[in-house]
Amino acid sequence: MTTWPILSVTTFLPLVGALIVYLSRGDDEASRRNSRWIALWTTLITFAVSVILVMRFDPSNPDFQFVEKANWLATGITYHMGVDGISLPLVILTTAVMPFCIIASWKAITSRVREYMMAFLILETLMIGTFSALDLVLFYLFFEGGLIPMFLIIGVWGGPRRVYASFKFFLYTLLGSVLMLLAIMALYWNGGTTDIPTLMHTAVPRSLQTWAWLAFFASFAVKMPMWPVHTWLPDAHVEAPTAGSVVLAAILLKMGGYGFLRFSLPMFPLASHDFAPLVFTLSAIAIIYTSLVALMQEDMKKLIAYSSVAHMGFVTMGIFAGTMQGVAGGVFQMISHGIVSGALFLCVGIVYDRLHTREIAAYGGLVNRMPLYAMTFMVFTMANVGLPGTSGFVGEFMTLLGTFKVSIPTAFFASFGVILSAAYALWLYRKVVFGALVKPSLMSMKDLTFRECLTLFPMIALTILFGVYPKPVLDMSAASVQQLVNNYNTAVTAMKAAALLQ
Amino acid sequence: MVQAIVFLPLLGAILAGLIALVGAHARNPSGDEVEHHGDHGHGHGGAHASTAHDDHGHDDHGHDDHGHGPVEPPAAGSRAAELITTALLFVSAALSWMTLVDVGFMHHDYRIQLLPWIFSGDLQVWWTLRVDTLTAVMLVVVTTVSSLVHLYSIGYMDEDPNRPRFFGYLSLFTFAMLMLVTADNLVQLFFGWEGVGLASYLLIGFWYQKPSANAAAIKAFVVNRVGDFGFALGIFAIFMLVGSTDFETIFHAAPGLTGKTVNFLGWHADALTLTCLLLFMGAMGKSAQFLLHTWLPDAMEGPTPVSALIHAATMVTAGVFMVARLSPLFELAPNAQAVVMFFGATTAFFAATIGLVQNDIKRIVAYSTCSQLGYMFVAMGAGAYSVGMFHLFTHAFFKALLFLGSGSVIYAMHHEQDIRNMGGLWKKIPYTYAVMVVGTLALTGFPLTAGYFSKDAIIESAYASHNPFGVYGFLMTIVAAGLTSFYSWRLIFKTFHGEPHDEHHYEAAHEAPLWILIPIGVLAVGSFVAGLPFKELFAGHGVEEFFRESVKMNPHIIEEMHHIPQTIAFLPTVMMVLGFLVSYLFYIRRPYLPVELAKTQPMLYQFLLNKWYFDELYDLTFVRPAKWIGYQLWKKGDGFIIDGFGPDGVSARVLDVTRNVVKIQTGYLYHYAFAMLIGAAGLITWFMFGFGGQ
Repeated sequence: MTTWPILSVTTFLPLVGALIVYLSRGDDEASRRNSRWIALWTTLITFAVSVILVMRFDPSNPDFQFVEKANWLATGITYHMGVDGISLPLVILTTAVMPFCIIASWKAITSRVREYMMAFLILETLMIGTFSALDLVLFYLFFEGGLIPMFLIIGVWGGPRRVYASFKFFLYTLLGSVLMLLAIMALYWNGGTTDIPTLMHTAVPRSLQTWAWLAFFASFAVKMPMWPVHTWLPDAHVEAPTAGSVVLAAILLKMGGYGFLRFSLPMFPLASHDFAPLVFTLSAIAIIYTSLVALMQEDMKKLIAYSSVAHMGFVTMGIFAGTMQGVAGGVFQMISHGIVSGALFLCVGIVYDRLHTREIAAYGGLVNRMPLYAMTFMVFTMANVGLPGTSGFVGEFMTLLGTFKVSIPTAFFASFGVILSAAYALWLYRKVVFGALVKPSLMSMKDLTFRECLTLFPMIALTILFGVYPKPVLDMSAASVQQLVNNYNTAVTAMKAAALLQ
Repeated sequence: MVQAIVFLPLLGAILAGLIALVGAHARNPSGDEVEHHGDHGHGHGGAHASTAHDDHGHDDHGHDDHGHGPVEPPAAGSRAAELITTALLFVSAALSWMTLVDVGFMHHDYRIQLLPWIFSGDLQVWWTLRVDTLTAVMLVVVTTVSSLVHLYSIGYMDEDPNRPRFFGYLSLFTFAMLMLVTADNLVQLFFGWEGVGLASYLLIGFWYQKPSANAAAIKAFVVNRVGDFGFALGIFAIFMLVGSTDFETIFHAAPGLTGKTVNFLGWHADALTLTCLLLFMGAMGKSAQFLLHTWLPDAMEGPTPVSALIHAATMVTAGVFMVARLSPLFELAPNAQAVVMFFGATTAFFAATIGLVQNDIKRIVAYSTCSQLGYMFVAMGAGAYSVGMFHLFTHAFFKALLFLGSGSVIYAMHHEQDIRNMGGLWKKIPYTYAVMVVGTLALTGFPLTAGYFSKDAIIESAYASHNPFGVYGFLMTIVAAGLTSFYSWRLIFKTFHGEPHDEHHYEAAHEAPLWILIPIGVLAVGSFVAGLPFKELFAGHGVEEFFRESVKMNPHIIEEMHHIPQTIAFLPTVMMVLGFLVSYLFYIRRPYLPVELAKTQPMLYQFLLNKWYFDELYDLTFVRPAKWIGYQLWKKGDGFIIDGFGPDGVSARVLDVTRNVVKIQTGYLYHYAFAMLIGAAGLITWFMFGFGGQ
């Protein structure tokens, strides 16, 4: 269908951009400006190319499309790329969010601009690669490689406790990935290949399923992050620069969910079925626990970070429900959360740029000076709360609906998130935006600039569009999700039938 | 036509919102100007000096109902926003009345699919506008009251600088409410449900500089969310049982669900009872029923027109509408009906007792609303859905009238709301006095007023019903009828009769402008004519003909209501007279009596004055524990246990070592990171080609 390797181009274009930034040496103002513009154009072109992907994508075909295959390392380890309805939305999310990140860093980053832009561009390549790799080794490289730029972004351009945060981030994720590496090797020994589509159709012995599932789970649960391995996230968010937080929340967190969908469910359906209660429990705990913790936060970013953990709980819950609405809702929730939480971090970044503090108590009454900001923040707060008509509702609703069929207690406890999210999100909004403007430091706050509007208004449009008309995303993923769910249920039914026969 | 009814208010909301945003943006310099002009101090942007804010104009809204501190200049385009939204609403209202005739009498139902919404597997949710008689009645109520409230607000809010925003919110609310009543499936109903919740939140917190208004707004939203928690679970349960959220499909499948059970957290519940109870939980939140009522009185922090529109006539009746809409389900779940009846009756009585002793004019009316909503649920529990809708219909007129009349009093008294500081006002504002009396007559059920027909019908339906709580419902509503009469006349007597208590305000009191007087006049007329002409349609023999398939009544209830003993039918009127007489005695003839009574019964008085201590109870049982647990989980759970045994323990060791070895520099981090990658790559190669090949 395609005449040129469009997926590889999308993946590696940012790397080319990074190379150009690298080649344009110098550290004066002009070169800084250049690297900003180069980075912006690179991300924009990447996005444009990825739009071609969407246009040529056939949503009725559940299999991988735009497949590219080339020999690479050894037998069975190939350079294999492709996307299906589950990964394509995440690829688009990545390419769409990156330009916003670059714009958001335009003024906020003043030191080592060149390196900063390079880190972001490399990160983009690695993230797109993660979502489109169809070989385990390739996936692993992209997946783990993404750690490094993020580690640097937090560690170099972060806040005062950046070193602590970046180490915590690294330790957690590395621990998980080591286990995943072992599982990848086990799978290679079992199937003789690391080719993902092949492995999806290879039956894995029951005992290996259990261990491999757990090993993958360790890695993805940290990335997600699921309770109780979530504590790196608030610290990472707090210390990361604004754009770093945006990428972290919008895209990096989605890698865990994507991993569950790509590996755990299709490759280890029986283990997934066995461990579903565990995931349900952890998800429900995550939703209630982190929502309660969010209620007491004093730092804006921390509050949003904890709410992210809660929202990711809906994703894991929906995915392991193994129902159509649960899984499709999980995919949708990832996209929606990508937009909404990314935008919320941008909102925090905007006031941080003006006052250089994220402490909630330092604010109050911003609406008196920043009406546009107040409106914007309100939209995203409501989307975070899951108000119908915003994209946040669709994902939450579908995952809960899909889970209710499978496990009523899980859906019941998870629904408490509906109440608690309203409490913490509105509390934050009230403390920051509403009230009388009495603090002298806030008197000279200025409303959104043109550049800030440029980053936020498209996100408002998307939030409301997908809330009212989520069909584009749902349709894109429907066929692949349906196939995934069918295969999963077939495997589970077969196991149950076999158990009955014995 | 239906599309126009629903979307004209949305258009108005968007236009008013844009005017508000453009205006607000023009008055507040954006960061862009800073970059160009350098610093220009406290918001007095050079180009915008004429419209710039006064810094000290912001914190004067703290004490009264109405922001009338040092006057800010009104937002540009205020008048345009007012006229646009109001005009669009009037068009919408006119079309609604036409629709009512078309649907109710010509029997033309509508079902218009607009757009696919959530499609995934067997979950197929459309944006649909459905109009049957039940909806048409609601359309008329919502658009009529809303358009009158828009008109009223032009006068009432004339001193407020943020009028475009206010009118935008009002229209947004109307749109959400219309989406709610025209829903053809549970999910769209939920959309409207939460949409009106959002609008309510925004309007209660309209004066965002008042801390109490903000607190009330959050409380309203969160308490409603507690109800929505049940509502959402109800939707999930229905989808699990039926595989659809469309009303038609659900109603069609409902008879087949009788006898099915669902294991709900260990409770083997009857499927229909469970879903109905869960859904009713949503209705309890929205309609401020007993246990979830605490937000409604606080919601009076919002501007008075908002109270009239949202917290009296329309939004709070959404729960009643929902139960009527789902009547085919409730009719099959008698246990759920019993619960509905119980909560309705309890609320009717409970709220009325609190109303007896309140002193804030708006809160008295608010508790009265709460109580009247309880009446409507009693009818729902009795299976007399059309009767409940009848009261909803008449109540919308006279309660909106009472609120707007109170607003007129508040306006006249320069934002005084305490009835202890009023008195003797009838000479000063005779027109307002007259319409308030009309509203009170209707509320207390004076013969031939609108409330007389609908309220008596409810009490009769409770008596005639075979609900296990039927007798309870009957007694509670009868007692509440007496209490209602008492507190309503108390309000009238203390406000308009007797001696003025605040000479200064009394002297300055004056009748409000025409913007205000016209809407309350119209509503006063409505408080009469909404009764008798509609009696047959809602509570007589015309019910079947009028409502047809839109509600599924208890088949015998209307007939049995007409055959109850004469003495029973006469009882509500007796109670009404009794309440009036006691009130007359207490506040006109022997004004010292209530004071003495309060002194001799301090416990009871404090109990009622403090609203049965529900706020304190909830604070103690839910709010504080949630905060405490949250704090403990954060500090102890995350900080001590997870981090302490996890990364901190490990990284502390790492840092201990590294701190001694090298000063941490960014260059070091690079090396560290790349060492990690190389290590990982080395490991993978080692295993793949070392062991893998074997």
